[in-house]
Amino acid sequence: MAIDQATVRKIASLARIAISDAEAAAMEGELNGILGWVEQLGEVDVTGVEPMTAVIPNKLRLRDDVIDADPMTGGNRRDDILANAPAPQHGFFGVPKVIE
Amino acid sequence: MTELTNLTVAEIRDGHRAGDFSAVEVAEAFNANVAGAKALNAFIVETPEHAIAAAKQADADRAAGTLKPLSGVPIGMKDLFATNGVQTTAASHMLEGFVPRYESTVSQKLWDAGCGMLGKLNLDQFAMGSSNETSHFGNVISPWKRNDGSNAALAPGGSSGGSSSAIAARLCPAATGTDTGGSIRQPAAFTGISGIKPTYGRCSRWGIVAFASSLDQAGPMARDVRDCAIMLENMAGFDPKDATSLDMPVPNWEAALSSDLKGKTVGIPKEYRLEGIDPEIDAMWDAGIAMLKDAGAAVVEISLPHTKYALPTYYIIAPAEASSNLARYDGVRYGLRDLPQGAGLQDMYAATRADGFGPEVKRRIMIGTYVLSAGFYDAYYTQAQKVRTLIARDFEAAFASCDVILAPTAPSAAFGLGEKMADPLAMYLNDVFAVPASLAGLPAMSVPAALNREGLPLGLQIIGKAFDEQGVLNAGLAIEERAGFTARAEKWW
Repeated sequence: MAIDQATVRKIASLARIAISDAEAAAMEGELNGILGWVEQLGEVDVTGVEPMTAVIPNKLRLRDDVIDADPMTGGNRRDDILANAPAPQHGFFGVPKVIE
Repeated sequence: MTELTNLTVAEIRDGHRAGDFSAVEVAEAFNANVAGAKALNAFIVETPEHAIAAAKQADADRAAGTLKPLSGVPIGMKDLFATNGVQTTAASHMLEGFVPRYESTVSQKLWDAGCGMLGKLNLDQFAMGSSNETSHFGNVISPWKRNDGSNAALAPGGSSGGSSSAIAARLCPAATGTDTGGSIRQPAAFTGISGIKPTYGRCSRWGIVAFASSLDQAGPMARDVRDCAIMLENMAGFDPKDATSLDMPVPNWEAALSSDLKGKTVGIPKEYRLEGIDPEIDAMWDAGIAMLKDAGAAVVEISLPHTKYALPTYYIIAPAEASSNLARYDGVRYGLRDLPQGAGLQDMYAATRADGFGPEVKRRIMIGTYVLSAGFYDAYYTQAQKVRTLIARDFEAAFASCDVILAPTAPSAAFGLGEKMADPLAMYLNDVFAVPASLAGLPAMSVPAALNREGLPLGLQIIGKAFDEQGVLNAGLAIEERAGFTARAEKWW
């Protein structure tokens, strides 16, 4: 199914990527080319086939319920976490005002 | 004495251990090569001081009798691995200037094993690409040239193109790579070196910038099979911080290397004989079959009936996972922020992502967003997951009658920079032989097998059963010993 420029803009909006009209026009052709090509998967008979969720069978583990068992992924790392924030403020992530 | 930068990982390790040279001498020699190879653009950040510090430690450890497995070996680190205190960008503008406060599990293991870091290696942006032309920090150039005097700049492959170019040019003896759909094997083939993608889960993904989490797997790239085995032993291992990490012991792959393939059976997938493919690729493949027979293996034809659907499956699943993984780049917590005058939060997200992602990354995020969107999810994404099951089953069935599979790594030798950038689909097709093993999570490696008529390297691929890296390495070694590939790029940079 071919997608049009309105759909391209809709996808870009869902993906939170700003695009210009010229970019939307260019992407319309590219995305249709790729989507047209992947559509051949529709011809595969998948009756009774389970979708793959784990390529190598692996049980999900639970760790012991210990606070800061691994100091790297535990708490008390505020300064490390904020070190690369573009606009840290008072020990928090700063963002533009969202409530008037 | 041989030039230090011509030594393999094993030779550096053993020579250092024996006192033939100091680790500092080795680090200095490689640092000099790195500094003199700007024209290749293989590194985003050079870290000569890291390499020297590790080398001094290695020399001290030798004096104290406390040598580690890789003491004295400097390596290159693909810039997809988070390195504590050293900029980590995934070759993107989005992460330009990002300096992690933590170390990826795989890189930490290598430092713990005694390695030093020569620098962070360039790659395709977020590991999305097959030619290293999507990096925000410029194309990596292959050290190889065609022998027709054209002097065209060639692609080192991708996404681990900085790794492949640097190893082929003797800027480092080994490097880390990551492979989502061929990103270790195809660059290795393009540059005449070796590289192995282990079974999914062997190497921890913790601290590796995520692309497609069900496919991403780290692995080593080096000049020969033994070095790949040595490096992999020091990269693999269970990590509780990665939910898909394999809780299995790491075998001693190097010690068990054997090119005697008596009693082994090699499968040749008939669906990999592509119509219209360069006859030199098929000729190399036939030569590889003869080499494995010579090593004692039996050869059987096998069928992987869903091969033609592997690439389209990959180009649904990988973008879908990428669109989800890359949602984290929002201009709030780390990386770039683009805040237009008067913009609100939503506009900031959109402006940041428009500015921070390159065209190929945007393309894949858009594809992924589309195939996961309401109304299309089942038709695209669920269907692709089902076909992925069938592709994995194909391999399972094939491995009932063989131990390893032999195939070409890529459908062509290295192409020129710019030759395929205009057509995303043509670029994607370059991974036609590499993607099926990725989708099935299987170990697979590329070894250099021959030069084509243009004087460019071609690689053979060995695919093994899950967890059987040993079988893959052994078959690779059998080819390496018989192919006698010693060609190297003539220095022009």
